[in-house]
Amino acid sequence: MYKGQSGMWSWLFHRIAGLGILLFLLVHIVDIALLNFGPKVYNEGIALFSTAPIRIITLALVAGLFFHSFNGVRIILIDFWPKASRFQGTMFLIVMILTILCFLGLGWFIIAPIFGVNLGNMPAGM
Amino acid sequence: MRISSGYGARPAGGGFETFSWYFFRVSGIALIFLAIIHLFLNHVATDVSCTSFQLVEIRYANPFWRLYDWLLLILGLLHGMNGLRIVVDDYVHARGWRLSLQSLLAIVTLVFLLLGTITLITFHTVPNPGLICPTTHF
Repeated sequence: MYKGQSGMWSWLFHRIAGLGILLFLLVHIVDIALLNFGPKVYNEGIALFSTAPIRIITLALVAGLFFHSFNGVRIILIDFWPKASRFQGTMFLIVMILTILCFLGLGWFIIAPIFGVNLGNMPAGM
Repeated sequence: MRISSGYGARPAGGGFETFSWYFFRVSGIALIFLAIIHLFLNHVATDVSCTSFQLVEIRYANPFWRLYDWLLLILGLLHGMNGLRIVVDDYVHARGWRLSLQSLLAIVTLVFLLLGTITLITFHTVPNPGLICPTTHF
């Protein structure tokens, strides 16, 4: 096997994350299409996305999305700024740090309701 | 493959692949803003359990949000499916399989585009839509 370094791994994770996000998107388009069947059907579908196991799986989506986005910016910089390829390793490190930070931030909002933490984002005051 | 000078390697023939290369990057930048704001609105500003029919009614009363979501749909789906097309191109070599899979991808893209667009266009309010935050069971 080719023993690549950060460049190869960033390419591989970018691809895997992209495919994962796409898979989610296809499911998401279908679940939103439930709107066509009225409030009862749609709300029941949404309730499914609010259960604990699904919230935990959502974390994988969030991590993949943040990584794919930030690494995408890194790729664009390398493509359009001639000197950038010298810093690709450093940029990869920044991408990983940003990914982890944003993941922790958003992840908290997704996971906290499982434990009954009131984040003030449920308008009807559930 | 002609390589343009000064910058990184890119498909420079001016055909579909060149367009695809630029499309990834342009749509990618747009998607960063569209997707992150979308995540914020539906997970932070409002919890997922409260993204109910009633909330959609409130949001979609303003056509801006239908347009926003439609842009997210178009750019996201095309960006993703284009990526999948390239993945298939990379790993599938047999002629029959390439034709079948790439055709299937094109059809799936069209179907999901239509499904999403129809949902966004035809959504309308109904009497008694229910609570903004229906009861959830964790």
